[in-house]
Amino acid sequence: MNDLKILKQGAEAKLYICKYLGKSTLIKERFQKRYRHPDLDKSITKERIRNEARSIVRCKTADVKTPALYLVDFQRRRIYMQHFEHSITVKDYIIQHATKNAEITQNLDEICKMIGITVRKLHENNIIHGDLTTSNMLLVPKNLNNETTEEKCLEKERFDLVMIDFGLSFIDSSTEDKGVDLYVLERALISTHNDYPDLFSKILDAYKNHSKNNIKEILSKFEEVRARGRKRTMVG
Amino acid sequence: MVIAIGFEGSANKLGVGIVRDGEILANCRRTYITPPGEGFLPRETAEHHQQNIHEVLQEALDQSGLSPQQIDVVCYTKGPGMGAPLMVCAIVARTCAKLWNKPILGVNHCVGHIEMGRLITKANNPTVLYVSGGNTQVIAYSRQRYRIFGETIDIAVGNCLDRFARVLKLSNAPSPGYNIEQAAKKGIKYLQLPYCVKGMDVSFSGILSYMEDKIEELLKEYTPEDLCYSLQETLFAMLVEITERAMAHCGSDEVLIVGGVGCNERLQEMMGVMCAERGAKVFATDERFCIDNGVMIAYAGALAHESGTRMEFKDATITQRYRTDDVLVTWRND
Repeated sequence: MNDLKILKQGAEAKLYICKYLGKSTLIKERFQKRYRHPDLDKSITKERIRNEARSIVRCKTADVKTPALYLVDFQRRRIYMQHFEHSITVKDYIIQHATKNAEITQNLDEICKMIGITVRKLHENNIIHGDLTTSNMLLVPKNLNNETTEEKCLEKERFDLVMIDFGLSFIDSSTEDKGVDLYVLERALISTHNDYPDLFSKILDAYKNHSKNNIKEILSKFEEVRARGRKRTMVG
Repeated sequence: MVIAIGFEGSANKLGVGIVRDGEILANCRRTYITPPGEGFLPRETAEHHQQNIHEVLQEALDQSGLSPQQIDVVCYTKGPGMGAPLMVCAIVARTCAKLWNKPILGVNHCVGHIEMGRLITKANNPTVLYVSGGNTQVIAYSRQRYRIFGETIDIAVGNCLDRFARVLKLSNAPSPGYNIEQAAKKGIKYLQLPYCVKGMDVSFSGILSYMEDKIEELLKEYTPEDLCYSLQETLFAMLVEITERAMAHCGSDEVLIVGGVGCNERLQEMMGVMCAERGAKVFATDERFCIDNGVMIAYAGALAHESGTRMEFKDATITQRYRTDDVLVTWRND
């Protein structure tokens, strides 16, 4: 558990890598934000750690892959979880690998479908992710052995989609929250991958087809949230 | 060299400004101020603009020392904004263009704020937080568009502050937001309020209704100053958080704050602390340029005119909804 290696400093957490009980472990430490009131900082941090842990556990029953949770340490503002050494975010995958050749396009279709189904599974179980972006989705190769590289695995579509970063997540059964979740995803795709305009419609198709349960209400709520957002360029 | 005149009247501020190559020759403004407890409505605001626009125009021409014939292009706010007040400025701009025989150009209000901010602060390629009475957006430039990364999904942050000022019956002069800012400086006791960040988007309406519903009760335990302080701390923490997320997302190390709420010094301070922690720089302007004005319309119009954007007279209309990312940014090619 010693020798922490800092992997990355994000907007709200520092990520360290270590060995914990013999396993490769990622520590996510939500450091203090000095710009906000200390009481607010404390309560936000605590709430997000709690949300993250709770949703990860709930994802297990929803059959959605996430890093396994090892330990929660409120005192040090840390969560310990499984670290995927060979993984790539969907965002990086699209940016790095997606040139216009046909095979990749097919791969992208497959990824979109997986995203749609996964988000649907979350919502079926009333898990609202709260920050659906392609940076918060990992592609992890299945059965990685020494000969196959990450890239090869991805090409052969032998990968899992792993959802991460549940800090803004919560449990809610309302269609409003599901609609907003979809809206957040759509907006993230438009701003990050504006060169691939049809990603979201593919994801939404898979989302719709996976289960018919309540789908009409969710979609009409989504349209409503969308219209609300668009209207927002009003006065000022 | 382009000399441009700009007419702005999308909300309760009426402004006429003149610029020559980024040099401000005139910046004149009138604000329609309503009694405490009341907001400004489209019809009354339009009447205010009608009654004042000739005087403001004359003042701007006098201040610049130019004759109308020296002006190259007449710019006005095409949107977004309140319909009736926008219309007043558009009509006067069209009349001037015809009288003086000059080309006319409609400008997106939000883009006006961004370009004004870049001009004044010399920020190069910043992540922009645009916060005002009607808009709350986190914007970054990419491939000839100002793209919206995050925004409010309901009311604007300035609207939330203004309406809370109405609940407390604070004065609307010089602006409700300014009076909240001053009251907040005297606040001591912090009240925890709902905090609502959804991805890179925010929601403020829940906080406002929470305050509205409980105000009687809250005032027994907290002073109005405490409530202003708590409200500001909460709203601004949300704004700084989504700005930081967008910066991390785009790998940006500059932030530019524009719009009326942008002159709030507490917001600037909080943004400064966030930026210092990540080795970034914050840029902001004061009330002359943060608050709606004619110069920003003139300057953004001049940039577009110079880079070849033209508008047919018959297209010189207004629109209440006009998204920031609808505008093709012809004057940048980075």
